[in-house]
Amino acid sequence: MLENILSLNNITKSFDGELVLEDLSLDIKRNEFVTLLGPSGCGKTTTLRIIAGFVMPDQGSVLLEGEDITTLPTEKRCINTVFQKYALFPHMTVAENIAFGLKIKKKDDDYIRQKIKYALELVNLTGFEKRKPRSLSGGQQQRIAIARAIVNEPQILLLDEPLGALDLKLRQDMQKELIRLKKELGITFIYVTHDQEEALTMSDKIVVMNQGYIQQIGTPEDIYNEPQNAFVADFIGSANLLAGTMIHDELVSINDVRFDCVDKGFGNNKPVDVVIRPEDVEIREKGQGIFPAVVTSVLFKGVHYEIFAKGIGIDWMIHTTAYHEVGAEIDLYVKPFNIQIMNKPESEDEAVIQTE
Amino acid sequence: MKRKYIAAPYIIWMSAFIVLPLIFVAYYAFTDKAGGFTLKNITAILDPLHIKATILSLELSLACTILCLLISFPLALVLRRLNMNNKGIIILIMILPMWMNSILRILALQMILSKNGILNMILSWFGIAPLSIINTPGAIVFGMVYDFLPYMILPIYNAVMDIDNDLIDAAKDLGASNPSVIWRIILPLSKLGIISGITMVFIPCLTSFVIPDILGGGKIQLLGNVIEQEFITSMNWHLGSGLSFALMIFVVIGLVFSEKQEKKDRESLVW
Ligand SMILES: Nc1ncnc2c1ncn2[C@@H]1O[C@H](COP(=O)(O)OP(=O)(O)OP(=O)(O)O)[C@@H](O)[C@H]1O
Ligand SMILES: [Mg+2]
Repeated sequence: MLENILSLNNITKSFDGELVLEDLSLDIKRNEFVTLLGPSGCGKTTTLRIIAGFVMPDQGSVLLEGEDITTLPTEKRCINTVFQKYALFPHMTVAENIAFGLKIKKKDDDYIRQKIKYALELVNLTGFEKRKPRSLSGGQQQRIAIARAIVNEPQILLLDEPLGALDLKLRQDMQKELIRLKKELGITFIYVTHDQEEALTMSDKIVVMNQGYIQQIGTPEDIYNEPQNAFVADFIGSANLLAGTMIHDELVSINDVRFDCVDKGFGNNKPVDVVIRPEDVEIREKGQGIFPAVVTSVLFKGVHYEIFAKGIGIDWMIHTTAYHEVGAEIDLYVKPFNIQIMNKPESEDEAVIQTE
Repeated sequence: MKRKYIAAPYIIWMSAFIVLPLIFVAYYAFTDKAGGFTLKNITAILDPLHIKATILSLELSLACTILCLLISFPLALVLRRLNMNNKGIIILIMILPMWMNSILRILALQMILSKNGILNMILSWFGIAPLSIINTPGAIVFGMVYDFLPYMILPIYNAVMDIDNDLIDAAKDLGASNPSVIWRIILPLSKLGIISGITMVFIPCLTSFVIPDILGGGKIQLLGNVIEQEFITSMNWHLGSGLSFALMIFVVIGLVFSEKQEKKDRESLVW
């Protein structure tokens, strides 16, 4: 058995002359929960539709279990999709919806009945067989859509922002439910979202996309702690994104203040992007930090305060559990290993830091 | 309070031009020339000549409705498939004939189909002997289809276009082939459009007399023609009204039936 269940190789796709995906390659392992994450219009849905077979790539190939399925029509693929707007058939009952794929495959009635029962149990909607989709809430409809897909025992389940239309509380419940489902079913999930928190909580692997390019592939921890470029750093969580100059290995200068860091190999006197997470900026007594700053705003965020402080010409975002008054004069300190150095972007697409 | 007055013009209109004529028709239908009550005018539909006309009317209307359906539904499917921005133009072309006077259209059709008409002229170029199409039931059905097709196309086109693309993608995703998608998704979801198309074509066909008159050469008697002759030639308003009334009963029964079907569909649907 191959390690990779699905491979996208050098996929290029344009719509009406507009390049949507360019030279995209991606390997997905068996049983992985992979999330495609990126801002609106970056090509997530298009990627998913190429995998499902609704869209043909202009170039490149799609391999399922090592077999080329690039031109295989949707209905012949062992892949099922959960649509963002549920797409339940309004003229059928819940049971008929779930049975749809099995009926097409000419399974016998007993098997279908069992499958419906099993699927409804799995999504906690036992007893809903005779209901019409219109009479269900958004969350219930979404669960039926999931049930309808999984009874077909797909090798891969595609989910395109399945929780996008739900309110926050329901979304969090459904996130847990999806993780449980994934464990129970033991199949590969490819999930699309533009919600970075959702991606961080649910995924084994995150694929960060922007403007048709993959920016970074990695575990949630990798992506959060070691963003490869300023776009990823900015998109995943909040961050202080700064322009700096690498003076030499392990020493970076930001607005003419020198910071010790741990990164090497960027060359001498090279402009770089610097990321410092707000929880990594420490507030210290006067005289004990690297540079002085003045608190300009304080916001209570539930578990922490979000403080903004101005120092060396930069508005620093700081997350801390200790309260500081607006106007307080403080010192700021950052541990060397909490300073992330990144190369300046090669293409303009990636540039999110405007150097002043 | 004021809302009542808003409806007033419509109520006056409806009384004057719908309810009142109906009452007149009913009055004539149930009375004889002397003014006494009778059912003779209604039961007259059962005499052999009228039965023959009724059955022929039903047959031709049915044929026309089926033909319209067979043209409209695939057309709607094709238009849905076509990734065109100017679908409107095709629809415009399809309904353009509606803007021309119906009798004029039918007269034009008479010229085309006639013995020395354009159709036979074209056929003769290919060495095909002239066909006698005019004055046959076939010509009448042709005329009806030509005249009433837009009333079938529009509701079906609208219903088919209203179907969310996601539903079709979902069906394919679950393994449905194209015919399966049409049969299991598109057809049931456009049922209401199809029913309204059928109603809007079948009923005018059943009552039409101009088309059979012109294209049937006065030799083929449909129920509409019989009624027309009672009113205009025989000046027997009582019999004409009675037959009209009987026909109306047919139509109402048909409508109630389709309405029931519609309700049932809305509530539950078997697979
Ligand atoms: N069928 C299509 N025809 C023309 N352009 C399209 C089509 N599908 C997608 N696009 C374009 O491709 C780009 C990427 O679209 P896509 O739907 O993949 O984005 P996305 O990442 O899913 O965004 P969102 O988060 O808003 O859903 C967009 O600019 C969109 O307008
Ligand atoms: Mg999308």
